[in-house]
Amino acid sequence: MVSFLLEVTTNFMSELNALRIEIKTWLEDNCPPSQRQPISSDQQVWAGRNKTFPSDDAKIWLQRCVDKGYTVPEWPTEYGGAGMSEQEAKILREEMRALNCRTPLYDQGIWMLGPALLEFGNEEQKADHLPKIARGDIRWCQGYSEPGAGSDLASLQTRAEDKGDHFLVNGSKIWTTFAAHSDWIFCLVRTDPEAKKQEGISFLLIDMEDPGVTVTPIQLISGKSEFCQTFFDNVKVPKANLVNKLNNGWSVAKGLLKHERKLMSEMGDIPRPSINVVQAAQQYSPMIDGKLADAVIRNDLVQHEMTMRALGLTHFRMFEERVHGQSDRNVGLIMKYVGTEEQKRNADIMVSLMGNRGLGWRDDEFNDDELMAMVTSMFNKTLSIAGGTNEVQLNIIAKRALGLPD
Amino acid sequence: MALVLNEEQRFLKDTAKEFIKANSPVEALRQLRDNKDELGYDPDLWKEMAELGWAGMVLPEAYGGLDFGFLGLGAVIEEQGRNLTASPLMATISLGASILMLGGSERQKQDLLPPVAAGELTLALALEEGNHHNPEGITLSAEKNSEGYQLNGKKVFVIDGHSADKLVVAARTSGSAGETEGISLFVVDGNANGVVRQRTILADSRNSANIRFEQVNVSEEDMVGSADKGWDILEATLNRGRICLAAEMLGGALECFEQTVEYLKEREQFGVKIGTFQALKHRTAQMYIELELLKSVVLDALSAIDDDRADLPQLASLAKTLANDVYYLVTNEAVQMHGGIGVTDELEIGFYMKRSRVAIQLLGASGFHRDRYATMSGY
Repeated sequence: MVSFLLEVTTNFMSELNALRIEIKTWLEDNCPPSQRQPISSDQQVWAGRNKTFPSDDAKIWLQRCVDKGYTVPEWPTEYGGAGMSEQEAKILREEMRALNCRTPLYDQGIWMLGPALLEFGNEEQKADHLPKIARGDIRWCQGYSEPGAGSDLASLQTRAEDKGDHFLVNGSKIWTTFAAHSDWIFCLVRTDPEAKKQEGISFLLIDMEDPGVTVTPIQLISGKSEFCQTFFDNVKVPKANLVNKLNNGWSVAKGLLKHERKLMSEMGDIPRPSINVVQAAQQYSPMIDGKLADAVIRNDLVQHEMTMRALGLTHFRMFEERVHGQSDRNVGLIMKYVGTEEQKRNADIMVSLMGNRGLGWRDDEFNDDELMAMVTSMFNKTLSIAGGTNEVQLNIIAKRALGLPD
Repeated sequence: MALVLNEEQRFLKDTAKEFIKANSPVEALRQLRDNKDELGYDPDLWKEMAELGWAGMVLPEAYGGLDFGFLGLGAVIEEQGRNLTASPLMATISLGASILMLGGSERQKQDLLPPVAAGELTLALALEEGNHHNPEGITLSAEKNSEGYQLNGKKVFVIDGHSADKLVVAARTSGSAGETEGISLFVVDGNANGVVRQRTILADSRNSANIRFEQVNVSEEDMVGSADKGWDILEATLNRGRICLAAEMLGGALECFEQTVEYLKEREQFGVKIGTFQALKHRTAQMYIELELLKSVVLDALSAIDDDRADLPQLASLAKTLANDVYYLVTNEAVQMHGGIGVTDELEIGFYMKRSRVAIQLLGASGFHRDRYATMSGY
């Protein structure tokens, strides 16, 4: 029995190794050298009807990835994916990271809507939307929160009235990330005002070119304005755009939030200073005998570094447990919490290490890393709020992982 | 790198869980404490553990061991931690046998390891001299003479020091306190002339001793490794000890945590279960998070010993720091969340709190290991 298992495992591992070599070779041959540099926000390629490329190489790199299905490696090939298993996709990600290959395409359709459609969409919806997402033809944004419905998402008020052949949508959505640049929005809307909170909600896909949709950007403390408020004024939405059954949108949303939280715990290449905190310590803070002179910052830094290492090992443990069929699903619940708290701490430590050089704001007197440090520390405050506040995450852990009573 | 246990290791862990729960629950420690037991552990139980293969688990087969690895030993230690089992495992195996395996001569290994594996010989590492963990700060002198060396000085906080058959003593043959060069290691009989052992009673009711060495003569053959060059062996041994101790602390923290979660589901105040209060839920969820992180770190650190990985020193400090901080947090919160009964001797939670305080100091508190980790990371 043991030898049989060993043999199967060995064969399986050598297949994976062969795949790794194949992927590595392909990346070396096809990823242009300019696309193997650390990425800044103005170098990112975002999906869209009118998408622009920062360089010809970025365009070539995207096209090659699209042809291989590498923009969405785990999706079936008929929808533009590469049909990879989770393990195979992990190998692709690892090899891309090892060669510093840039993410070829950015879009919430890839990260969030796509997985939800694969799980809940009907055949027409999948065939219509997924290939466009895989190619980056359409840019998607998310319409969940409302001015009166943040952490308490289920109290949302945006109405979708049944008008026979279409829904008539009225209301507004807030924190719609990049809505001003997006082509379509996936929304949670109330379709049964009489039902209990979660039960009267449906999941709708809305073309933002439809008459009645308007978008206003929101300025944040980071100076960025990637969040918007989106208004719906008598917008007509075809019935075919309803995902899952009527009044069953909450289950789609829950499934999708999981993807968002996973994404937020893993966010690899969001723009940040080109130096890491340890390099910042060495460049900006006085050292005595190779040790940071400021014992308080040093302690903050080492605690952060230790937690990051523990988090990385926990990611790896979850993966190993899944592969070995010993998965404890509850462990995943902690990822968003720890990941986002540590990203906040990282950015705050970076500013502390830079001292007054970390305080500049849009002033040429400061270099890009210095300016980015402060912006990042302000921007990262959104991470523990978006996708369900971290306090909500703690409630979920208490309920699901620990079984504490309501 | 392995972050899951294989089938054999899981089986071992289940066996250890059952055996320890049946033979060495916290109640056994309470009795050793209340009876003022001279030895501080049950020698028959240690014999049985050796028969189960635990004493020889990480020892090479050539010396009567099983060569089963630290990932397996860690699983046993974690279960002992859950039950606060008093046994010679930490001092004799994690530290004592490690130092012999890492630096012992062929003769030392042949003489000492087989009886260790059989549960017939116990060891202790005599290291500390001051109030805080400071392995470089050794001043106990070992002066060379015609017959070998003569040891003079004092050791404190020697785990199992009053009962161990053999002591491994870290001594200074040259240089001065703070230098890694000039440290040498010696195997000394526990009852040798000039060895004065005084048991100290600590809060955790486990074994510890202060030991004076007054003109203790040892021969050249009793040296582990070579003269002045003991540091690397000692450091590698301490890393193993720190990781094994972290596994014990994980077990203790998990048990304390699980009992507390159960209590939150039972205890009623103001007409509701106290587990419904968000003030307690959030703190409990925070502990869960810290424990899950610690689990991953302990597993990786144990497997780093087995794979002899280069990042072992970092992982030892990472594991010990996290274990210190988590055990401290969980025991404090467990007492607070149990309310009045939490501060009674009747409830076992207090035993965990006391053990945590000793374990935190042993082989380095968090300040020591954060400093060490930061230094290794270049800041």
